[in-house]
Amino acid sequence: MSILGTRVIRTEDPRLLTSGGVYVDDLREPDLAGAVRATFVRSTVAHALITGIDTSAALAAPGVVAVLTAADMTDLPAPPPPEPLPDDAPPPEGPNPMGGVWQEPLLAVDRVRFVGEPVAIVLTDTTYAGEDVAELVSVDYEPLPAVPSIEAALADESLLFPDAGTNVCVRGGRAIGDDSIFAGCEVIVEGDVVNQRVAALPMEGRATAAVFSGGKLTVWTSTQNAQLARLIFTAVGLPPDAIRVVAPDVGGGFGAKIGVDREQIIVAWAAKRTGKPVRWVETRNENLMGMTQGRAQLHHIKIGGDRQGHIKAYRLDVVQDSGAYSRMGGFLPMLTNLMAPGVYDIPVVEADYKVVVTNGTPIAAYRGAGRPEAAATVERAVDWFAAEAGVDPAVVRKLNFIKKEQFPFVTKTGAPYDTGDYEAALDLVLDAAGYDQLRAEQKRRRDAGETKLLGIGLATYVEITAADGAAGETAKVEVHDDGTATVYTGSSAHGQGHHTAFAMIVQNELGIPMDKIEVIHGDTDLIPDGVGTYASRSLQLGGSAVHKAAIEVKEEAAKKAAELFEAAEADVVLDADTGTWHIAGDPDKSLSWSQVAAAADQGLIVANVRFTADRPTFPFGTQLSLVEVDAETGKVTLLRHVTADDAGPVLNPVLMEGQRHGGIAQGAAQALVEEILYDADGNPLTATLMDYGAITAAELPSFELLTHETSTSANPLGVKGIGEAGTIGATPAVHNAVIDAVSHLGVRHIDMPTTPERVWTAIQKAGAQKESAQ
Amino acid sequence: MIPPSFTYARATSVDEALALAAEHGEDAKYLAGGQSLLPLMKLRFAAPTVLIDLGRVTELSYVRDEGTYVAIGALTRHHDVATSELLLADIPLLAHTAEAVGDPQIRHRGTIGGSVAHADAAADLPASLLALDATFVVRGESGTRTAAAAEFFKGIFETALEPGELLTEIQVPKPASPSAWSFQKFNKRAIDFAMVGAAVQGAGGQNTAVALINMGSTPLRATAVESALANGASIADAAALAAEGTNAGSDIHASKAYREHLARVLVRRALEEASARA
Amino acid sequence: MKVELTVNGKGVTADVEDRTLLVHFLRDVADLTATNIGCDTTSCGACTVLLDGESVKSCTVLAAQADGRAVTTLEGLAAESGEMHPVQRAFHEEHGLQCGYCTPGMVMAIVSLLKENPSPTEAEVRTGLEGNICRCTGYHNIVKAALAAAEASQ
Repeated sequence: MSILGTRVIRTEDPRLLTSGGVYVDDLREPDLAGAVRATFVRSTVAHALITGIDTSAALAAPGVVAVLTAADMTDLPAPPPPEPLPDDAPPPEGPNPMGGVWQEPLLAVDRVRFVGEPVAIVLTDTTYAGEDVAELVSVDYEPLPAVPSIEAALADESLLFPDAGTNVCVRGGRAIGDDSIFAGCEVIVEGDVVNQRVAALPMEGRATAAVFSGGKLTVWTSTQNAQLARLIFTAVGLPPDAIRVVAPDVGGGFGAKIGVDREQIIVAWAAKRTGKPVRWVETRNENLMGMTQGRAQLHHIKIGGDRQGHIKAYRLDVVQDSGAYSRMGGFLPMLTNLMAPGVYDIPVVEADYKVVVTNGTPIAAYRGAGRPEAAATVERAVDWFAAEAGVDPAVVRKLNFIKKEQFPFVTKTGAPYDTGDYEAALDLVLDAAGYDQLRAEQKRRRDAGETKLLGIGLATYVEITAADGAAGETAKVEVHDDGTATVYTGSSAHGQGHHTAFAMIVQNELGIPMDKIEVIHGDTDLIPDGVGTYASRSLQLGGSAVHKAAIEVKEEAAKKAAELFEAAEADVVLDADTGTWHIAGDPDKSLSWSQVAAAADQGLIVANVRFTADRPTFPFGTQLSLVEVDAETGKVTLLRHVTADDAGPVLNPVLMEGQRHGGIAQGAAQALVEEILYDADGNPLTATLMDYGAITAAELPSFELLTHETSTSANPLGVKGIGEAGTIGATPAVHNAVIDAVSHLGVRHIDMPTTPERVWTAIQKAGAQKESAQ
Repeated sequence: MIPPSFTYARATSVDEALALAAEHGEDAKYLAGGQSLLPLMKLRFAAPTVLIDLGRVTELSYVRDEGTYVAIGALTRHHDVATSELLLADIPLLAHTAEAVGDPQIRHRGTIGGSVAHADAAADLPASLLALDATFVVRGESGTRTAAAAEFFKGIFETALEPGELLTEIQVPKPASPSAWSFQKFNKRAIDFAMVGAAVQGAGGQNTAVALINMGSTPLRATAVESALANGASIADAAALAAEGTNAGSDIHASKAYREHLARVLVRRALEEASARA
Repeated sequence: MKVELTVNGKGVTADVEDRTLLVHFLRDVADLTATNIGCDTTSCGACTVLLDGESVKSCTVLAAQADGRAVTTLEGLAAESGEMHPVQRAFHEEHGLQCGYCTPGMVMAIVSLLKENPSPTEAEVRTGLEGNICRCTGYHNIVKAALAAAEASQ
């Protein structure tokens, strides 16, 4: 009886629920005893030259241990001086340049480019002295004209990197042609769709503790991949084998903790520089200014088709705001372009992108990383098109889906979809939601002139997971002579429950009970090679690696058991239900794992593997959002959310549902309440949780999750990635629902987040347009 | 995140609190529940060098039936105001307003007197107290005085309290028709301060009080609405005047024009609800 | 100044700066690190503990204000025998936590909520948790856990 596919509650929980997780700020490692506290001095202006830094008052303050600026970083290898780009050089093609003229410093050198950029680091003997001393560091700024938006960046008047000659740092995709692709289209919709900047907002911000002793740097850091972090920490001037990185319990990441940021490098450097252990834990205010953020794309779309609802052509023009420094923001729109047509078989698709720097927080991966933007916009475009054509949006979707028989299917943008059944997922959701009854009730309220209107929003999405399948994931499985097993994984859980999932895989293969299996991750001394947890890759790559290692352990053990039984290897069999070895047909003679391992070299059976996949996978689904819009105020209430998210066979429904729930909430939040805002001078307006509208339980309903499983052949488990699907599907579902609620009033589009004022304003505008049209 | 340094002083009685305030002068601030003051200090927007903790002044925590009015000690917590049987029966508007403040954790610490003295224009209780024509009892070095709610709120975070004075009691007259109440708090998220709010006590017609949250630098009575109702106007017609005499601001949450629109809608809904409850 | 609290039934006394927040007293003086800090504006509830049995945000209480009073943190919730409190058990059974960072505050908030309202509706649970932010779970299973704990305690 396989444990896979059954509901198993988490082995991680008892500790977390009774003594609490141990996050960086909780660590009481002996090496960190007496650690000094780091506090950063950050820029208070968005764009300025630094004309002076006066640390004298800070250095004289009680509790101060050190005050360091870029000028003190003399022991670090300096980046090569950038060659200014020729005046007429076009912006570079393809993903992000990250260096050269776009170089991001560690501590700001002579210029700041966003409010919150680190300028100095203060070390104090106590936490409480930190802010006191940091306040005493005096920085002189000569302000430069701010570039607070994509529009300002494109104007290329104030340049963040003068040596680059432009604010456009990357360009790519296919050249956009002329409008002939829309010739003959009876219905054409053209417009701008904003995918607004949001905060990743893990509940634990960034945190790092470092100690340099005996030539070795040890860093504990809140990261999604300790191995990548270690590579990044070599920037302090040490080789990887002189660095150990440990990821303790990590309080959420959502993509913003891939590797580490400049602050963590500075902290590690400070530990090396001063010879003292250093601990840094950012405040939420710092986090909302300094941690990388998500989305921030401006889309211009054009979609055309016939009156029956067939879509003939779709054009997507993306401008990515990468914030002050390009980083991963330069790479994300490539994924947006790749996934532009979504689940649809559209004859002509054009997609291109450019990336601009602005005086804002740098953009990087955030749950979905480039793909939610594609789905949000194509789903918006399809609904908009359907409204113009006067065809039900569910009908338009079905008309244009890639059909089940067409898989594997390569899209016009080059995405190789493996498997899918979009129509089945849609039908499942429509049925469970009672779509026809919902439309009937919507109509009833409209006809009765009620002011509490119903909106029904659909999103059918597909996304790419494990795009870096070639990098794969590592796993080592050991069975010990006491019958227990240890799994070392390159995956790096920060809430996903890998310890439970991977133990399930080992129990399933080897019959060793879960309570005898320990799973370890996140320590480069124990796991020097690993890729990490992001891009919904961990089960399909990390889990497959564990699976592969378990099988190799089984094969090794079979050889040993055969020796002990004095039988042929082919006659030896493992009973995975009881975890015992037998000779086939002779159940009386058995060996335990303990006995088999004891007989092995050093009392250990071990397999150390890397699993790679030769292609990415494409989970998909349909989400339906039911909202109520108060037409008098524009306020939106989420009533129901029904989803069928298909990521292949479900290994543990408990974990899978949890991932979907979390993704739906974040997706709904972007549609409804969350937005990072700056004023005209680039000052952040939403840098605390009072002002940034993080969604709470009071705004959300319970969700209705349906099961749909379409496996893939990309890995032996047959699974795709579920981690980001919820976010990708929920945003357009909720967004479309809000607009659907007031579409009968003539509203065709409202930008996210659909705040009450935005909705109300759209209703007023549509009403005024109707009046003037009469 | 960390407040600047200060000296902590503790009072166990009103007299002691006043004496400590006199001793420390302008440098000192009273600390009641701390749910408004401590956040400001943690962001370093406020930096008093002395905090006088009133948490042990238990003599100021009570809800008392005084016949024609209810007397509430200034240090009565929101939770206790919200769950007071007396208030739920005789002044439900006030009990339900207290229930709307913040979240359960904040209501376990925050006090009615603290909220009134802090005078955030977006706060809930000042508006309802204004609608209920509450009287505030204030004690200072020179003795005790009272101030009507209508004269108490001067501006954003500004009240009629003189330095060192302590709000000790809030006296709320029992409304003629207690069940004719409504409290409309409009926000994007349940935890947010009111973008705009309306508190109504009365079933329309004469003697109906309407107060607005966040339509100016202080809570405001919607006097144009009240006059119209007193003169026999319908709820709809009266509510249409809700924005008159107001001075709403524009910020990241709402524009002035939208706030004015909300005021009209919320006042109408509040009047309808109070009327239906009567 | 000297501050004396009872934390999880044990007396803790220390000389601390007057401005010490209760959350730091618990984490750094009493060495109970389960209670976490998630924000700086009293918004997120990660720091929720019980003060004399009622939920409070310990980042917005001075240790001095809690002087002489009793605090309960997550670490003090399970029975002496080690048996989990119904709310802890419900979180485990209903998968009410993922990364675990908001969890101590969430659990304590629910313990207090159920004390005041032993049979809440789903809506009452959701409104009751408006001061507790979670980023991982979407709240669905947290709400289920609260309702399950309520039922188990009947």
